[in-house]
Amino acid sequence: MKRVVVTGIGALTAIGNSVPEYLEGLQSGKSGAKPITQFDPELFKTQFACEVTDWDPTHYLDKREIRRLDRYVIMAMYAAEEAMRMAGIKNEDGTTAFELNPDRAGAIVASGIGGLRSLEKEIEDFEGGSGTPRYNPFMIPRMIANMGAGHISMAYNLRGPSYATVSACASGGHALAAAADDIRLGRADLMVTGGAEAVVTKVGIGGFNSMKALSTRNDDMKTASRPYDADRDGFVLGEGAGILVIESLEHAQARGATILAEVAGYAASSDAYHISAPHPEGAGAKIAMENAMKYAGISPAEVDYINTHGTSTPLGDTAELKAIKLAFGEDVYNLNISSTKSMTGHLLGAAAAIESVACILAIQNSFIPPTINHFTDDPNIDPRLNLTFNKAENKTVDVALSNTFGFGGHNSATIFRRFKS
Amino acid sequence: MASIEEKVKQIIVDKLGVDEAEVTSEASFQNDLGADSLDTVELIMEFEKEFDISIPDEQAENIQTVGQAVTYLEGSVDK
Repeated sequence: MKRVVVTGIGALTAIGNSVPEYLEGLQSGKSGAKPITQFDPELFKTQFACEVTDWDPTHYLDKREIRRLDRYVIMAMYAAEEAMRMAGIKNEDGTTAFELNPDRAGAIVASGIGGLRSLEKEIEDFEGGSGTPRYNPFMIPRMIANMGAGHISMAYNLRGPSYATVSACASGGHALAAAADDIRLGRADLMVTGGAEAVVTKVGIGGFNSMKALSTRNDDMKTASRPYDADRDGFVLGEGAGILVIESLEHAQARGATILAEVAGYAASSDAYHISAPHPEGAGAKIAMENAMKYAGISPAEVDYINTHGTSTPLGDTAELKAIKLAFGEDVYNLNISSTKSMTGHLLGAAAAIESVACILAIQNSFIPPTINHFTDDPNIDPRLNLTFNKAENKTVDVALSNTFGFGGHNSATIFRRFKS
Repeated sequence: MASIEEKVKQIIVDKLGVDEAEVTSEASFQNDLGADSLDTVELIMEFEKEFDISIPDEQAENIQTVGQAVTYLEGSVDK
């Protein structure tokens, strides 16, 4: 089995449009929530989201290319370029820095929903038309959820495995696991992985609204995403992309790449319980964390930080903490826990990807990102847990675990470790 | 008011992201302007929308250059 290391990361989020900006946002505890600009939300219960703003896709991408792509694909490609430059595959001027063997490199990049915006627009155009079907020929290639992976494989000429994983809000975690397996089993030398999501649209907001999944705190949107707070009232929809360049240790060392962290272990499990509610005792989530530690050969006492799924929903937050307590036993009181969704919102299929980036940044920069927006303790939450409320903490992080769970009861846990040769 | 030719050129510039200078009468969408078959379908749809006409598939297949588009539209659009 090969060891899997991370050599490049890219981030596009409401709290930062690049890795350095994202790091700054995580350290300072920035809220990404703002009024929705992508459509008029006047009639919707929720009128805010963690939108990516002040963002110029042409910084990395060709104008001609952009017009063929859904917003989620543009975001995936943008974050991929940042990651490929950091990995030293591309130079800062966009030229090739390292010639990959194309047959040994691939792209597994997730999206939970895909190009909803493109589909919505075409349906609206059709409904407003004469009834003659006139669908844009790019509708299908914009809409399908695999196109982040597809376009990244084309942009970098990666001829190894490329596809998307779909498990709702856990999609990015499953993508990373699949990509890491390709390297672990020697099927590829380098993989581009992660996720992208962009569904701040009428259907996205309206659909989650009718599930009562979203916060409706329109009068105080900056503090609406408040995981573990007694008054949490749902998640805040985010958008963006997170990309990781991962490769075998041999491959990274042979080309002299800087290693950011090691992908130590990961595991998937299922609740087998309900379409959207989590298992009340966190039964499935516990298995994912336990198996991830087992595969990593890491004991609960060695974990310094858990980046939770923690979406700020009444049921989900407490069920996850129960699962964490079951998986970690008494060691749970010696580690830090936080939900960075309090800052970025919930990026659905890209959540695991940007939260993996947060874990890697925590290891590199020796800090715990905070759970911001904490006002009132929830009596149902064990006060002895260190949920890193409101302020980042300086702390050496050698091992960080990232949880993500999706509608359908899909769970994924990934462990990153400081690299030691 | 812009002529049909001007409108056609503007649509091509917008949709294919090319410089206006490249959009000559002889320029072929696929051979000279970097379009693929999907771009060509999209261009036809944009012409239909702009000029409020319907271009049958068999006619659309014969529209491969800027000049062919302008000629076809000048013959079909009510002035």
